[in-house]
Amino acid sequence: MTAAIQVNAVEKSFGNVQIIRDLNLSVAKGERHAIIGPNGAGKSTTFNLISGHIKPTSGEIRLNGEVTSGLRPFEINRRGLSRSFQVTNVFARMTVWENVRCAVLWATGHRYAFWKNTDSLPEVKQRTAQILDDIHLSHRRDVPAGLLTYAEQRELEIGITIAGGASVIMLDEPTAGMSHAETERAVALIRRLTEGRTLVIVEHDMSVVFGLADRISVLVYGHIIASGTPEEIRGNPKVKEAYLGEEVD
Amino acid sequence: MAELIVISTLNGVLFGMLLFLLSSGLTVIFSMMGVLNFAHASFYMLGAFFGYQLTRWIGFWPALVIAPLLVGVVGMGVERYGLRNTHKHGHVAELLLTFGLAFAIEEIVSMIWGKSPVDYRVPAVLDFPAFTVFSTNYPAYKIFMLVVSVVIFIALLVTLKRTRVGLIVQAALTHPSMVGHLGHNVGRVFMLVFGVGSALAGLAGVIAGPSLVTQSDMAAYLGPILFVVIVFGGLGSLPGAFIASLLIGLIQTFAVALNGSLASVFGPLDPSLGPSPLTDIWNVTIAQIAPILPYLLLVLVLIFRPMGLLGTRES
Amino acid sequence: MTNAPTPSLAAAKQESGGALGFYGVWLLAAIALVVLPLIFSSGGSLTSFSLIGIAIIFALSYNILLGQTGLLSFGHAVQYGLGGFLAVHVMNAVASHNWPIPLPVIPLVGGIGGMAFALLVGWVMTKRAGTVFAMISLGIGELVASSSLILRSVFGGESGITTDRTSLMPLFGWTFGPQIQVYYLIAFWVLVSAIAMYALTRTPLGRICNAVRDNPERVEFIGYDPHVVRYLAYMFAGFFAGIAGGLTAINFEIANSAYLGAMQSGFVLFSTFIGGTAYFFGPILGAILVTYLQLGLTNVTSVWQLYFGVIFIGIVMFAPGGIAGILMKHRPLIRAGTLGTVIPSYLVAAIPTLAFALGIILAIETVARFSGGDPINLLGIPFVATAPTTWAAAAVLVVGGFLIARITWRRVAEAWDRAATVARDRGYLA
Repeated sequence: MTAAIQVNAVEKSFGNVQIIRDLNLSVAKGERHAIIGPNGAGKSTTFNLISGHIKPTSGEIRLNGEVTSGLRPFEINRRGLSRSFQVTNVFARMTVWENVRCAVLWATGHRYAFWKNTDSLPEVKQRTAQILDDIHLSHRRDVPAGLLTYAEQRELEIGITIAGGASVIMLDEPTAGMSHAETERAVALIRRLTEGRTLVIVEHDMSVVFGLADRISVLVYGHIIASGTPEEIRGNPKVKEAYLGEEVD
Repeated sequence: MAELIVISTLNGVLFGMLLFLLSSGLTVIFSMMGVLNFAHASFYMLGAFFGYQLTRWIGFWPALVIAPLLVGVVGMGVERYGLRNTHKHGHVAELLLTFGLAFAIEEIVSMIWGKSPVDYRVPAVLDFPAFTVFSTNYPAYKIFMLVVSVVIFIALLVTLKRTRVGLIVQAALTHPSMVGHLGHNVGRVFMLVFGVGSALAGLAGVIAGPSLVTQSDMAAYLGPILFVVIVFGGLGSLPGAFIASLLIGLIQTFAVALNGSLASVFGPLDPSLGPSPLTDIWNVTIAQIAPILPYLLLVLVLIFRPMGLLGTRES
Repeated sequence: MTNAPTPSLAAAKQESGGALGFYGVWLLAAIALVVLPLIFSSGGSLTSFSLIGIAIIFALSYNILLGQTGLLSFGHAVQYGLGGFLAVHVMNAVASHNWPIPLPVIPLVGGIGGMAFALLVGWVMTKRAGTVFAMISLGIGELVASSSLILRSVFGGESGITTDRTSLMPLFGWTFGPQIQVYYLIAFWVLVSAIAMYALTRTPLGRICNAVRDNPERVEFIGYDPHVVRYLAYMFAGFFAGIAGGLTAINFEIANSAYLGAMQSGFVLFSTFIGGTAYFFGPILGAILVTYLQLGLTNVTSVWQLYFGVIFIGIVMFAPGGIAGILMKHRPLIRAGTLGTVIPSYLVAAIPTLAFALGIILAIETVARFSGGDPINLLGIPFVATAPTTWAAAAVLVVGGFLIARITWRRVAEAWDRAATVARDRGYLA
């Protein structure tokens, strides 16, 4: 079976600084895969590379077997990969409803249509309502996204990411800055919404990582030093060394 | 021909240096504050009119110093009481504010000094031919303009390389996101930079006024060319602005001096063809298309090098 | 901010009333357009209505760029003017060949002209948004305006190209010679264009335009190419600007290079922004106000353009939502019934603000008429521009008005906050 995401020997340099070196990563279909590592290890850069936000200096990235390195983000998105952002990245002046609906439009085949009334597209309406329901924001549907609370914006961020129905979902620190209760709620949400899909998640909260992930990759200085099940990672001496005594379990 | 080349090169470099006096300030302001100051050419115009008025009252030499300072004060006022309050509404609002200002300044100038050119003359001390090339006398005043702009250019370089504010400006040019970390006096740095940029534009106006035409539409004429210069050179790049200033200065000057057309090179078209866009293009002289050359260059650079000559940034 | 349960209730009410209100508004607009010239039938008002109608289409087309897609253009008159020129050329061709094409179709030709130009240059122009787009639109504007003076056979040089709108075949006995017939032609196109542009905002493309305005980076991650979105928006804006240009050509029976120029681009920007870019009806208000002022002020003062600049700067600094933004801010207060608590503070603030405005007007007119001109007549009081008493009056009004106005507006803000809090508590978003 082809992997959902296959990263082969990818390198990325900014000027003379090499951020990612010889990155190899394989995420199987349907797997929940977490990427962990110290600050500045290149986790967000890895996300940016896979989602097409930046182009690799060398190497190859495949999505469901198809080469996607070098493609623009929207081309990769159309091939079934959707990502969220670490810093909330919503459409601030549009309402919650509009935010999610825009994310539904391409996937439902309406594209750049200028001859259809968006309000009278039943499948768009239904899907948007479903997602708002899923992320518990139905009661806030007419509020401009910029006026939501932080936790609500994070939930909307996840909603926008999953709305298009992509088979591969990448979440960049979805619980960052959340309280303990909010985090629990968000994890339950993520677990439910990514059911049957491939999930790649970057997360600092180790309880989230070990509770959610089927497999974990550890990124240090732009290189994956270990990849395996939570138990394997917990017992890996190299990981312990990299975290320099930081609590892994 | 050799005469034309020498004279046009001198004039072109001169025009280019004047453009750089303006585009350097505009570039630094844009890099630091993210604001493309639409009213920058209006400060140039204010410089020319203040220079004219002060010359009539107290003579050219005091005016040369006082007029740019006045323009600098106006600029600081615009930054302190206009832009700083508009900042929270975003860059589009800031750009619109300076657009409104440019419009208002033009109207105020024509309200006070009228719409026709004012009689802003070269000071008597400098009103003699500096040298003669073949048969053309080259005016000393133009040499004076060139000297002033080169002196300012060197002073700018030294300021950038040697002073604290210069270092901050340099840092801002290469890492625009850094500007926010300048500390508590960031407002004062912005005001100062905006004031100095405006004063430089004003100085360009004071010295260009007697040589070119001092008129209420001079900002509307120069402004768009200025924007071409900085987009062409690459937004936020000082060396880019310098090269683009000289290039556009030279191109404009040479174009104006050339009278050739396709008709004069290949002979006139068959008159039976009648008037059509082809005959228009065939008969137009290079001098006539001089005003559109900068914009043609702009289109070309956008197609082939969207970042501009030395630009590195997206927006 | 707690999750009040009532907003969804307010939203539901809004939605059920939506369809009826929607058709009602357009029907009312249509009736108003038909009835207006019957009430104000003088030649002068017919001319004004015609100009306002054209300005409405033009401003709405501009807002497709600025308000809906976030593209600030300094060269929107290019499409407007080219539409006008194409319309004139087609009208002349139709007349000379006796083609069976009636005049009411001609604005569509203008639209096609505007769109064709956008199709041609738009891809390169819309590659980047923000400041760069603004500068490029300015450059393209200058390029076309200057080129039009070189290509004399197409653009007719300084004098432009004339046409005769009555030389086309009459339609149902209408020759479109009288201004009233031209007015109804324009009114028809205003209604059609406004409905079409409103409909455009409701389409998937229109929605994605808003997304591109808010966050072009994120748009790329929901499957859209923001460049394509901007390009399409630019073409639609060009199309409707071209219709406005075609109508202008019909109205004046001439197209000249001024149509393409920076002045025209500036005025559409002023109209749109003063009216308000965040709401569909904003540019309509702006176009009415600016055109009306333009027609009215030219008779009163020689420096009327300066007043536009001042109004525009004032709006940018103090009310960036424009007139529509100011009006819509009050909606939740009206719904919650708390507007009444704000009005007294408004009335108090109005007095010094008016004094300040009069002071500015007096100061401007004093400078404008210092070296000659009629005496200033402000609210029936005559002022002499050269008299020191006039200067003193202006200074007192400006400085005093400003200082007192500042205090009273702070009061307004406080009253406003109280009213908005109550409105929020009652479940209306403010």
